[in-house]
Amino acid sequence: MADSSSETALVVGVDPRRRRGGPLPRGGTARRDAVRALPLLPAVVLLAVFLLGPVVSSFYGAFTNASLRGAAARSTEFVGLRNYVDLFSDPDFPKSVLLTLVFLIGSAILGQNVLGMVLAVAMRSSARPVRGIVSTIVVGAWVLPEIVASFAAYAFFAQDGTLNALLGLVGVEGPSWLYDAPMMSVILANVWRGTAFSMLVYSAALSDVPPEITESAEVDGARGWQRFAYITVPMIRRSISTNLMLTTLQTLSVFTLVYVMTGGGPGTDSSTLPVLAYQEAFRFSELGLGTAIATILLVVGGVFSVVYIRALRPEAD
Amino acid sequence: MRRTTTSLALIGGGALLLSGCGGGGAGDADTIRVAYQKFGNFTQLDDLLHEVKTEFEETHDGLTVELVPIEAQQNDYFTKLALMNQSASTAPDVMYEDTFMIKSDVDAGYLAPLDDYVADWDDWDQFFDNAKQAGLGDDGALYGIPMGTDTRALWYNKELFAQAGLPVPWEPETWQDVLDAAATVKEALPGVIPLNVYSGKPQGEAAAMQGFEMLLYGTDDTLYDTDAAKWVTGSQGFVDALQFIADVYQGGLGPTPQQALDTNVATTVAAEWLPAGELAIALDGSWLSGTWLESGTTPWPEWNDVMAQAPMPTQNGQEPGATSMSGGWTLAMGSGTENPDAAWDFIALALNKDNSKGYDIANSQIAVRSDVADDPEYTAANASFEFFSSLVDVTHYRPATSDYAQISNEITVAMEAVMTGQQTPEEAAAAYDEAVIGIVGEESTQDG
Repeated sequence: MADSSSETALVVGVDPRRRRGGPLPRGGTARRDAVRALPLLPAVVLLAVFLLGPVVSSFYGAFTNASLRGAAARSTEFVGLRNYVDLFSDPDFPKSVLLTLVFLIGSAILGQNVLGMVLAVAMRSSARPVRGIVSTIVVGAWVLPEIVASFAAYAFFAQDGTLNALLGLVGVEGPSWLYDAPMMSVILANVWRGTAFSMLVYSAALSDVPPEITESAEVDGARGWQRFAYITVPMIRRSISTNLMLTTLQTLSVFTLVYVMTGGGPGTDSSTLPVLAYQEAFRFSELGLGTAIATILLVVGGVFSVVYIRALRPEAD
Repeated sequence: MRRTTTSLALIGGGALLLSGCGGGGAGDADTIRVAYQKFGNFTQLDDLLHEVKTEFEETHDGLTVELVPIEAQQNDYFTKLALMNQSASTAPDVMYEDTFMIKSDVDAGYLAPLDDYVADWDDWDQFFDNAKQAGLGDDGALYGIPMGTDTRALWYNKELFAQAGLPVPWEPETWQDVLDAAATVKEALPGVIPLNVYSGKPQGEAAAMQGFEMLLYGTDDTLYDTDAAKWVTGSQGFVDALQFIADVYQGGLGPTPQQALDTNVATTVAAEWLPAGELAIALDGSWLSGTWLESGTTPWPEWNDVMAQAPMPTQNGQEPGATSMSGGWTLAMGSGTENPDAAWDFIALALNKDNSKGYDIANSQIAVRSDVADDPEYTAANASFEFFSSLVDVTHYRPATSDYAQISNEITVAMEAVMTGQQTPEEAAAAYDEAVIGIVGEESTQDG
């Protein structure tokens, strides 16, 4: 109680923090805060162990020669940047980054978001039974577990699969989709699987747009697409950013779908970063190198997140 | 506040309990855990181990055998086994181990030496000397007891050959003869796949050994110079072998690349294409007929009337005229076993004369025990044993180094690049050379 201001405060009988709004007095209050924070400790420890731990250990693992077999499995050594140097000098790696971006932009940013928005807008003005049927179908694909959806998509695109059987009915001999157009097949499959999420987000956002505003724009003579572009989109901008971020992060981590449908092939033609990381770590036993790829995936996800979060900032209004 | 504290404490306590569970359950001395592969047509080992389990438990009071069949294609089997071995709580006591994995798994510290045990094991004298070598680690100690060996050659369908106007018996003398015969089949019998050579990443070691090395060891070059202890890069033989793969897959003489890149293609070849007469020539192993025996997954009583074998010729018919590759699998003991004596008893029981004979017959293995090889029941059991045993004279073994497993993967990468047309054989060979240098270092390679 050496602080004179606290003494004054006590005399006046007012909590000094409330009166001055300045820095908190030290001593007793800090101790009380520590006691209050104590129950949070298990949560913080759990977060550190289960969330931060794997991230840190993967960053560390990327700097080692960890391996599934051979001498490196017994005594793992620190190798500095070697994994990254190897990676950047490997011609498969830039191709893999490119394929990941193609997959991300094609299936998440353009496919799921645009199609989800179109469905959400279309369903607002459609009849109730149509709305019910369409949303059941779309959400059905989303409800399927990833592995089930992957096998379904494989069965659809396989050479003697459903798609080619349908094409056969109209006399067209379809190509071997998974072999001739592997990226297009996995992109379409991911759009099919993920659109429902965007549709639900956008449906919710659209229903929050006050009808008076669009109505008054209509009175002012704005046409349908103008109302959508100048009124609706700016008003649901936050939802768009959030949805872009969520679908981006989900899509970056898609592994099962690509692995089941094409195995990353033929050759390396659909080896996105998660597939490449799996292959290096578990096929070729190079855990360290696989972890380095995973770290880069983490960075790519981080970069996209920062971009979206900046777009979300209130100052941007 | 009070409620929050309580629930947080509960969550914390629960998490501690959960994480405690993960760490516990380490191996115990009364259970022998046996990890092995069971996949597709390969169920003979599963049968053997179930019999041995019963026999073992009857004679060893208080001990239990836990069989852990790993249902995965070969490369995934290696991965899963390595992952099991990385944790003391899952490491097996006994494992089914490919001879080519022994050295790298010894380096990784997964396997226990068996020299002391075989010193007191009378049966060991029955094993052929080269089979005894197959289970050695780089340190010269013994780590695996071989179950049988194998050779590889061309299997062909006599009926399809007759229909296509090709001679039976077929005696190709060069690679070109093989490609010509395949081209004749393609011409005469549309709808029949002329020739299958395993290739590409999904086939893993089957592609590297059964496909690529069956070719490379028939050229004037080799994969590894044993005397200099260096890996060969930039060799013409490597490019030529890749060219053969390109000729087969880009030339329409093989299955379509998407069929060939299906992880199940080995099962399809043995269980569907050959019995149904949809494939004319298969570059495959001595064990193939195991699938068609009564004990196999796809019994085919007429197999020996329809199928015949020809040795794989060298590239231009150079000496010794034919080539083959040999490998084989062993039973090995995990280094973390709590009861090594019991684990050894299990291995010794599984590979005694009767069990070895039963397994070699059921799985069409070339016997590595002289008492089995001489047994009339064994020699009479399968018409192809004599042919495949005769290839032992011209057979090759894979480089016995702990780097081989990784380099084998790079071979499959090169194969897949040429079979899909992504790279020319020269480009794929150059990429392979670079990858090998990355694995073993420049100083451990030499120009071919």
